[in-house]
Amino acid sequence: MNGRTGTLLEVDDLRVTFPTRTGMVEAVRGVSFSLGRERLGIVGESGSGKSQTGRAIMGLTPPQARISANKLTFDGIDLLGISPRQRRALRGNRIAMILQDPKYSLDPVMSIGRQIVETLRTHEKVGKAEARERALAMLEAVQIRDPKRVFDLHPHEVSGGMGQRAMIAMMLIAGPEMMIADEPTSALDVTVQLDVLGILDRLVAERGMGLVFISHDLRLVSSFCDRVIVMYAGKVVEQLKASELSQAQHPYTRGLLNCMPKIGADRHPLPVLDRKPEWAA
Amino acid sequence: MTSAIAVDTLEVIFDRFRALKGVSLDVQPGESFGLVGESGSGKSTLLRAIVGLAPVASGSIAVNGKTLGARRDKAFYREVQMVFQDPYGSLHPRQTVDRLLQEPLAIHGFADGEKRIERALDEVGLGNGFRFRYAHQLSGGQRQRVAIARALILEPSILLLDEPTSALDASVQAEVLNLLEEVRRRRKLTFLMVSHDLAIITHMCERLMVMQGGEAVENLVANDLVERRVTKDYTRNLLRASDGFVRTA
Repeated sequence: MNGRTGTLLEVDDLRVTFPTRTGMVEAVRGVSFSLGRERLGIVGESGSGKSQTGRAIMGLTPPQARISANKLTFDGIDLLGISPRQRRALRGNRIAMILQDPKYSLDPVMSIGRQIVETLRTHEKVGKAEARERALAMLEAVQIRDPKRVFDLHPHEVSGGMGQRAMIAMMLIAGPEMMIADEPTSALDVTVQLDVLGILDRLVAERGMGLVFISHDLRLVSSFCDRVIVMYAGKVVEQLKASELSQAQHPYTRGLLNCMPKIGADRHPLPVLDRKPEWAA
Repeated sequence: MTSAIAVDTLEVIFDRFRALKGVSLDVQPGESFGLVGESGSGKSTLLRAIVGLAPVASGSIAVNGKTLGARRDKAFYREVQMVFQDPYGSLHPRQTVDRLLQEPLAIHGFADGEKRIERALDEVGLGNGFRFRYAHQLSGGQRQRVAIARALILEPSILLLDEPTSALDASVQAEVLNLLEEVRRRRKLTFLMVSHDLAIITHMCERLMVMQGGEAVENLVANDLVERRVTKDYTRNLLRASDGFVRTA
């Protein structure tokens, strides 16, 4: 295994193509980046290919789509070359993913505790009692106050923030080395959003995980991540350090930053994005 | 001057759940008023109560000085129109834009439908080319423009906006907010706008009310937020949250 500073994930010229009635549509068009044990943000608007990039790494691309890449490796393992079975062993165990809305991504007919235990027992040989203990400890780690009660609740019985914490607990229980978070807080209220981000931040730092944080919210990402990749029309238009966001060069990044209303800035009308065809070229 | 909207100790109860606990509100004609709060704070319920979509238990609502009864009449809907949050759910999937815009005109018996539809589409920045398209052939921003056109086609004086841009991308949001400001200026409309985003409310509104758990927490003018002159912890929390994530060492 690579050291703590080594590269976890390498993506070179990743392409994801969907067949449609009107021909092939390239959702991701040659994305390259690498990830160490750091927090990397991928930002873009709907249709920019940011989620498809995350799904391709996770191996969740729909079967009709075609994926190609010069290189798509996780810890030296060629993700496109291994069998579905080997891929499944990685998924949830060494690579985990948090999805946007706990309402839709948790199993509605299974208690939260059982879902967490299921993840754990799929990847590790542990007894029922120990699995339960570890699930409860994990629920506590994501700051759920009464883990014993929440363990037996079903997803519809908890709030959005609580559901998202449960999902984080489920994703972390097998001790993954890399986590992909696809809009993990977009369905939550702003104040809850910060709580959940705080928990995620602490756990990622403590465990030395690599995190890919996918979001449409440039400001939020830059306050949370170390590095930011900006995507437009399936391509990376700019890569920069989160702290240097204000010095972004690409007109798209600058336009995105600019068009959001800010408290204290009196700009009427708001500047709008003037999309140039060459950005997508 | 009579208020455009006057809400007095309004209670809304769903079964046994009190969604609004005696909320009062006063919006002057031509004013843009904002409601801010988290999910479950009752801000959308307040809008829905005004248009008659929520069960009012007690209290009163008056629009342009006229106290509303249990049923809203046609004249009310000519004065007050609403734009909903989800542009994907609020347009009929099997009707063309033209058919969608004809509906309110037919209900209210307008004769010059043709001209009005053309003008309404023009006003929201969609050309005549969009007239015979279906909702699924439009982007999120275009759909929200159609929803705004549908609200404006009856020439109301009050527009209720329930998170009109929260389902849109940031760049499209800017376009829709600009459009709303422009039609408000041109038609001297009164806005009552709900959002969870303080920045949007300070951008769009002169005065605002912060809500939590079905109650009004605080009434502010937009400038108070800019200068951070807030008195309640809850509002302070919201303000801090809108600054983004801060790592505590």
